[in-house]
Amino acid sequence: MREIPVSQITEKVKALFLTAAYHIGPDVVTAMKAAADTEPSPIGKSVLCQLCENYQIARDEQVAICQDTGMAVLFIDVGQDVHFVGGDFEQAVQEGVRQAYAEGYLRKSIVDDPLFDRKNTRDNTPAILHLRIVPGDKVHFLVTAKGFGSENMSAVKMCVAADGEEGVRNFIIDTARKAGPNPCPPMIIGVGVGGTFEQAALIAKRMTARPVGSHNSDPRYAKLEADALAAINRLGIGPAGVGGKTTCLAVNIDYFPTHIAGMPVAVNICCHAARHAEGEV
Amino acid sequence: MREYHLHLPLSKEDVQQLRAGDMVYLTGPMLTGRDAAHKRLIQLLNEGKPLPVDIAGQAIYYVGPAPASPGHAVGSAGPTTSYRMDAYTPQLLRLGLNCMIGKGRRSDAVRQAMQEYGAVYLGAVGGAAALIARSIKSAEVLAYEDLGTEAIHRFTVENFPAIVLMDAHGGNIYESGPAQYREE
Repeated sequence: MREIPVSQITEKVKALFLTAAYHIGPDVVTAMKAAADTEPSPIGKSVLCQLCENYQIARDEQVAICQDTGMAVLFIDVGQDVHFVGGDFEQAVQEGVRQAYAEGYLRKSIVDDPLFDRKNTRDNTPAILHLRIVPGDKVHFLVTAKGFGSENMSAVKMCVAADGEEGVRNFIIDTARKAGPNPCPPMIIGVGVGGTFEQAALIAKRMTARPVGSHNSDPRYAKLEADALAAINRLGIGPAGVGGKTTCLAVNIDYFPTHIAGMPVAVNICCHAARHAEGEV
Repeated sequence: MREYHLHLPLSKEDVQQLRAGDMVYLTGPMLTGRDAAHKRLIQLLNEGKPLPVDIAGQAIYYVGPAPASPGHAVGSAGPTTSYRMDAYTPQLLRLGLNCMIGKGRRSDAVRQAMQEYGAVYLGAVGGAAALIARSIKSAEVLAYEDLGTEAIHRFTVENFPAIVLMDAHGGNIYESGPAQYREE
């Protein structure tokens, strides 16, 4: 049994959200620079250059990459040999989010009642927590700050087995086509296949944080990723949607076993400012 | 791709000469407003009450900036997606609003009203928020301070970079741009 004071959880969560808000991952920077070199559309190229410059300014000045600093979503794997002391674990996580958004000059974008009152909670809480209990005595965090321009363009479809690979591929491409310029392309697309309605969406969210340039270890899924990516980049949407060849940086797919009667597919779209960070306590 | 350096507020001639795909660098004052502020403005109009800001001949930027850190006029301040303002926009165009700055597609009703009343829709690059903030030299709240980031501000900008997305003649870069590069 390892005792962890919850104050350490607050500190770690705060540090991860600040990192995510200011520092874009090297995988995205590399992909964006490569795209800027090859993009044939002059206006598209100028957009990509502005975005690369923006990453650098955010990093150098420690300011938010995008003003939409997102809704805080955390995937937390808690080792079963951990004993939290000194307070409430979930409150400690929320406090870390609160401190990051207050002290880091990040925008507070959360409203309490979504339908009627829509009153801003003024501290960007509550964050959304997805917890798993795993072996060991560590706590692992994957945090994402999810902007809503792209979240609003995401979709879930309850496919069936007969839809097959083509059905999944077409649903991914159609979702990107419908999104067009709205989610701030070039986008990163996370896809969850299988499980249940919510499990597919959860996998899709995790997949938005898989590094650009990585591939599913199953060659059939890796091929589906590559095919969907190539097809989306043939749509012509381009950087910021103004036309060009750079519409999508990655299609990241993962799957989960499902019911004999179904094949849920979730497509979660993320903008190029894919803000996430990982860490451990 | 033509390039213009223009002063705000835009003149009728400025609006008429711009074409989808042009690059513009704006200098001068612009209003800000997004979902909640638009809802309040339209409520006032529907009740026949005066607006807290004069929008005739003005530019509005759809933005909810991040808080300003010390030494900055404003925090990161990129555009929000414009379609959420579509339901409210034709009424504002009728009152003389002649320039909108945002990102993403607009409804047919907005595009028709732009042509009818003479207005342009410009795009700031979504996600280039720290870069854009450098061109914002001052920011003050004009109305709805209780809305926080969604309050109506006046930004004074210098060489604010934007792309003409939709012009006053029906031109739309979201159609003409992708059509040029589509391979389906």
